[in-house]
Amino acid sequence: MSDSAAGLDDLRDLYQEVVMDRGRHPRHGARPARFDVSARGDNPMCGDRVEVFVAFDPQGAIETVGFEARGCAISIASADLMADTVTGRAPADARALFAAFREMVKTGHCPACDRAGDAAALERLQPLAGVHEYPSRVKCATLAWHALDAALDQAAEGKGVTR
Amino acid sequence: MNAETGRPTPDLDLDRIRADFPILAQEVRGKKLVFLDSAASAQKPRAVIDAMVTAMETQYANVHRGLHWMSERTTEAYEATRDKIAVLMNAASREEIVFTHNSTEALNLVAHSYGRGVLRPGQAVVISDMEHHSNIVPWQMLRDAHGIELRVAPITDAGELDMAAFEALFADGRVGLVAITHMSNVLGTLTPAERIVAIAHAHGAKVLFDGSQAIVHRAIDVQALGCDFYAWTGHKLYGPTGIGVLWARRELLEEMPPFLGGGDMISSVTYAKTSWAAVPHKFEAGTPAILEGIGLGAAIDYVQAIGYPAIAAHEAALVEHALARLSAVPGLTIFGRAQQRGGVVSFAMAGAHAHDVATLLDRQGIAVRAGHHCAEPLMRRLGVDSTARASFGLYTTRDEIDALAAGLEKVRSFFA
Ligand SMILES: Cc1ncc(COP(=O)(O)O)c(C=O)c1O
Repeated sequence: MSDSAAGLDDLRDLYQEVVMDRGRHPRHGARPARFDVSARGDNPMCGDRVEVFVAFDPQGAIETVGFEARGCAISIASADLMADTVTGRAPADARALFAAFREMVKTGHCPACDRAGDAAALERLQPLAGVHEYPSRVKCATLAWHALDAALDQAAEGKGVTR
Repeated sequence: MNAETGRPTPDLDLDRIRADFPILAQEVRGKKLVFLDSAASAQKPRAVIDAMVTAMETQYANVHRGLHWMSERTTEAYEATRDKIAVLMNAASREEIVFTHNSTEALNLVAHSYGRGVLRPGQAVVISDMEHHSNIVPWQMLRDAHGIELRVAPITDAGELDMAAFEALFADGRVGLVAITHMSNVLGTLTPAERIVAIAHAHGAKVLFDGSQAIVHRAIDVQALGCDFYAWTGHKLYGPTGIGVLWARRELLEEMPPFLGGGDMISSVTYAKTSWAAVPHKFEAGTPAILEGIGLGAAIDYVQAIGYPAIAAHEAALVEHALARLSAVPGLTIFGRAQQRGGVVSFAMAGAHAHDVATLLDRQGIAVRAGHHCAEPLMRRLGVDSTARASFGLYTTRDEIDALAAGLEKVRSFFA
């Protein structure tokens, strides 16, 4: 880091390395070749937009998640970490993780963080917890999750593309 | 120097001015507040705060209704603001000043009342490519409800109105109204008001200016401009929220049907028929924003005491300084290079989203706005989703602009 960046350490609470890295180079930031459902999330306040694509395995668990987004580092990093952490989960478990994550970014507290099954995932999402200090940015962190939620709704209603 | 007279303008006594604004002494996130978001809403001087508090503590009742001392004094104080506005804008009479709650309501008032009452289906309304949503959506609603055509005048890459293209929109003689910004809240561009009016009037069209931003930076003389309607909002001119102004030529106000119905806007009511109060009260239904009106009067006094020549000169110097400093930040794109402009500078940083830039500046105590600035069509024209925007008030200092430039250097190194 150059000299002029000195004094920026207090910015790291929100923009941790993981957030910067995933925001710039998301691992899941593409429309997958195959998916079952997709849904879009829009943040009208800032014009951020994300489309989330979900494919399920034969047992109905989430097999892969990809996304296309235009937005800030936080929304893209959050989408990417979401894709990491919901892969392999049943839809209901993904939604439970969303609820715990939302609590974490809204309040900075994470009562579910010791919950069996979610502890490891929530630890991976922890870098985004700093968002709670910036209420205007909470939507950035939850945008992709809302889109995922809508995609899972579609799957539950039996909608989506047929393979 | 004063650009118009060529005479030197007295420098603002910034220390004194800043002391008039209590909030400027606040710290944010442990840092000295650098407030560069005045175009969204300006801070309030002590005089405005005191005027409102004093009214509540010593002189308050409903206006225009009571036959008692308190009501009469309150009515006087509130109505005095109408006189101050008439002077501020050089209106032909105080009856041409309609109080609204903000610019948005003033623009909707014209769209609804003049739009439906006077414009005829098949006529066109011209807006520009750099309007705030509040000067787009009411016209779309009018289009859909009343069969008006909406035409959009393009802007050049410098962010100025394309005057040839503007004039071409009048060729078929169907334009009834031009509703256009007097100063862009994104690009800072001041539009050539006199030329707009000359072209529109030559083609039989009326002109409404959205002066929400312009009146903060320039003296507005509606008779010299020659326009027909002028809308603005109190909270950007160092006044309170909840009070706005529509100025319109008296004969137009007479011709227009009322906007909202209710108390205060009638002369008599029976179940069969109601007759309207005289202008401007015909357009002022319900208990108005009394305290806010009184506060706005204090804000106008404050601005007038400093004087627009000094304010305009100060802000011109700030903009020049900001353009120089920000142009030197690598990777920064500045949107809008209009010749005539007010104290607003929009920019984007390569590789960093405007929201991230704003948050990282906020962490350093620097308040800027980021987003589409209620001007999504303009964002599309500029080819971006959002920008960051620094905007200046009469209390803004060069040091604050230097702090912004230094802050942006830090953000850049963070993202580099
Ligand atoms: C150019 C312009 N027009 C209209 C408005 C709307 O003002 P208000 O929200 O006070 O109605 C604004 C401010 O947001 C503006 O900058």
